[in-house]
Amino acid sequence: MDPLMPPPVRRIAVDREPTVAPPRPAANGATPGPASATTRSRSTRLAPGLVRERMRVEGLWLAYGENWVVRDVSLSVRQGEVLAMIGASGSGKTTLLRSLNRLTEVTAGAARSGTITIDAQDIHELEVNELRRRVTMVFQQPNPFPMSIFDNVAYALAERPGRGRRRRRTPELERAVGEALHRAGLYDEVGGDLDRSALRLSGGQQQRLCIARALAAEPEVLLLDEPCSALDPISTATIEDLIVDLRESVAIVIVTHNLQQAFRVADHVAFMHLGELVEYGSSEQVFDRPAKQRTRDYISGAFG
Amino acid sequence: MSATGTAAAPPDRILAAGPPGPVISGSRRERTSSWPLADRLGYWLCWVAGVGICLIALGIMVFMFVKGLSYLKLKLFVENPAPEALQAKSGGFLDPIIGTLIVAALGTAIAAPLGVAVATWLTEYRRPSWLARAVESAIEVIAGTPSVVLALFGLLIFSQGFLAFLSQRAANGNVYGRSFFAAGAVMAVLALPLIVASTREALLALPGRLREASYALGRTRATTIRRVLLPSVRPGIATGTVLGMGRIIGDTAIIKILLGVALLNEGVGHIPILSVLRGTGATLTTFVFENSPAGEGNAPQKAYAAAFVLMVMVLLLNALVTWLTTRSGGQRERRTRTWLAARMSGTRG
Amino acid sequence: MDRDPLTAQPGGARRRRRRWATARTDQRAERTLGALALAVLVLIAAMVVTVFVKAWPSFSHNGLSWFGPGGDVDEQLRAMQRSTPLAGHSIYYFRAWPLIWGTLLTTGVAVLIALLASTLAAIFLTEFAPPALRRGLDPVIRLLAGIPSVIYGLIGILAIAPWINEHLISTARKESVAYVVQLNGANLTTATLILTVMILPIMIAISADALESVPRAWHEGSIALGVNRWRTIWRVSLRTARPAITAAAVLATARALGEAVMLFMVAGSRGFAANPLDGLTFLFEPVRPLAATIFEESDGLTNPAIAHTIYAIGAVLLVSAALLSLAGWASKQQLKRFGIGI
Repeated sequence: MDPLMPPPVRRIAVDREPTVAPPRPAANGATPGPASATTRSRSTRLAPGLVRERMRVEGLWLAYGENWVVRDVSLSVRQGEVLAMIGASGSGKTTLLRSLNRLTEVTAGAARSGTITIDAQDIHELEVNELRRRVTMVFQQPNPFPMSIFDNVAYALAERPGRGRRRRRTPELERAVGEALHRAGLYDEVGGDLDRSALRLSGGQQQRLCIARALAAEPEVLLLDEPCSALDPISTATIEDLIVDLRESVAIVIVTHNLQQAFRVADHVAFMHLGELVEYGSSEQVFDRPAKQRTRDYISGAFG
Repeated sequence: MSATGTAAAPPDRILAAGPPGPVISGSRRERTSSWPLADRLGYWLCWVAGVGICLIALGIMVFMFVKGLSYLKLKLFVENPAPEALQAKSGGFLDPIIGTLIVAALGTAIAAPLGVAVATWLTEYRRPSWLARAVESAIEVIAGTPSVVLALFGLLIFSQGFLAFLSQRAANGNVYGRSFFAAGAVMAVLALPLIVASTREALLALPGRLREASYALGRTRATTIRRVLLPSVRPGIATGTVLGMGRIIGDTAIIKILLGVALLNEGVGHIPILSVLRGTGATLTTFVFENSPAGEGNAPQKAYAAAFVLMVMVLLLNALVTWLTTRSGGQRERRTRTWLAARMSGTRG
Repeated sequence: MDRDPLTAQPGGARRRRRRWATARTDQRAERTLGALALAVLVLIAAMVVTVFVKAWPSFSHNGLSWFGPGGDVDEQLRAMQRSTPLAGHSIYYFRAWPLIWGTLLTTGVAVLIALLASTLAAIFLTEFAPPALRRGLDPVIRLLAGIPSVIYGLIGILAIAPWINEHLISTARKESVAYVVQLNGANLTTATLILTVMILPIMIAISADALESVPRAWHEGSIALGVNRWRTIWRVSLRTARPAITAAAVLATARALGEAVMLFMVAGSRGFAANPLDGLTFLFEPVRPLAATIFEESDGLTNPAIAHTIYAIGAVLLVSAALLSLAGWASKQQLKRFGIGI
């Protein structure tokens, strides 16, 4: 394949308007049509004044056992923009993501060097649970707890559980849950009956529930680990719209192995290969004018 | 970072260099000092419970081993309990050991085939369905019934006239109703639920492909069961049988009621093996019971020694179960699948 | 060469064509197996029916007050043995309340303590214990679960009871109730203690297994939301493991109810209704639960009155076991609603 060929993504010149309520499939399952999922292009950026740095990674090295999985990575996580981490399997992007909320500490034999700071505070100085409330994560497989929808979203909020299956529903709690469901774009679909078991929702709804659950604690940074890889294209489109809408209030880092998805949602891109940060820059620069040969190879599909 | 490489990019050599700064290693378990008080309380309670369990377990094991070994002598294994008052000084527990073995053998010999048959019927046939549900409930009832109640019922049955050949007749013509046969039969009922459950689980865990492949080759259900399924679940059957055996050798109530609390095995009649089975006797459990302050004899030393032997038996059976469950399943299933695959592809392994 | 299970013909070269089951033999196999299953069902049904039939005279002569208090159980049993009815009553006169109370006390308290202790210990094993400890404890717990009850009784009667007798029951206390009952090491406390230890291992094993099989995704998801480990277990893992823990509790209760030998040895040999109003002495009063009573009186079954009474006690135990099974099944149904199965 010619390395100078542009990335194999259809580019439409029309910029998409960010909307507050993303377009949703009608109740009877009719969809806006498959064309809309692929004709979306790169989203518009927010004004520079709305972008500010939340987390900073400097010279980070991470190891599991003997292998250094992440090598000398430095990047910045900003509120107001979506940072996409792309790369082949084993490139260390998931490990890097997990280190941002200290989830790597759970694994035995993990070692690190370098610093990660949130609002200029070293995250390893903070109490770990407090950090994880500020930096929450959504996983690849939707993992709603075996409780009602309400209890799922209210889970992280430090409330005493009431007697019996229903949590004692204080007005503050209900307000917080409602707001989180709105932000996740799920309220219209499930707002009628929040006591239903969360496991009865569809895959896309469950993932949005997980996002709502993560948002309920009003985090500053939202980490997404390939959130759409287990979902169908319609749900993927819904969640991608959601991500773009959320970036104004929450810093978003998304790991994805789907280049097209990165193209659609990202403002900043970090390309990793075998633990090294090969290229890091705005999405226009990385996709249209990649500086490194390896980036060009990856984007054109030469490997991965 | 250098921009090397061709269009097809093989993985680079992993750079051996490490980080310039300090390396903080090891996974950190969450420090609990920051938790709210209630959570910390729960954490400490868990530790207390855990350590408590360890201490209790250790205490029991050490106590029994020390006491048992201190009173255990080789001659105990080869001598019979002496029929005299000075139990503490004389005799051993040969007959009780034999009694335990007889009861265990008889019980599993009856329970295993019956249990496998019932389990097979429950998983493979299940018609009519009301019968299947009723049988399942019956097995549950057995599992939940105290062994004393089973023993009572057993005594009742074996005291009937037509079963006199399985025990003996007392002086006034009543059927005695107590014998190794009776005890073994009731023990079989005791072990049945374990064998049925274990076999059922193993049968249910077999992939449907196994059955489908066999039917596709034109075999009937009976053949499939006999040739494919049952051989595949042999570990499950063995596990259930060993568990049943463990339950049998540990039961005292049934023995006391259906075998009496004699210390020696006394046969009835003259036919060699039948006489033993028709007679009464002792097992290790009743021996321990009798020699404790709760029974007639008063030889705690013998009781400890016999209890130790009993515990070692249980330990061995447990080890057997562990061995069976760890080597089973995956290995056997793979072999059967390979056979079927080889057969279907026309090759011979 | 391995024998192919489908085509192997035992006997090697001799081709025995009739090895394949025809449809007729298939039917025969089904009928045989079905008959065996039916036989088991008939046997159990016969057992239940027989127990109730033989229990009936005792119930019919005493009515519902069979379950109530009224006099000394031992006296009533002696009266039956001597075939001389107590004054003003039939020979079947029996008031089982002291036995029932003893059963409720020992079983109830033992299961409650064991439930709490086993859940905490299971959490400890799966979450907080060093891995080496977990691996070492697993076989030990399974061994403990398999120890015969007579050995627990032995330890109780030779080690625990004397210790309690010497160190916890003062002479003064003994004298204060000597006119009613003898206090010694075989009492309520010893019995409950050993019963608890007896049912702990199996409950811990089942609970630990259940906690381990909680999907890691839920555990990780909770941790990633900033919920500490204890709360994660409490609110997610325990909730998921609840059916299994309930099943373990039901199993343990059934075991405790049916325990005859150990309780016979350490609970005291008087059918005495321990009275909580006695204060601390209550803890040291002898009790005799139902199953232990059957065990004790099993020699005298030739006496019809005793036989009927014993069968009546057996019937009560059977019904309790059945109710327990039902309760266990019902609680499982409740939890299926939230996708928690077992």
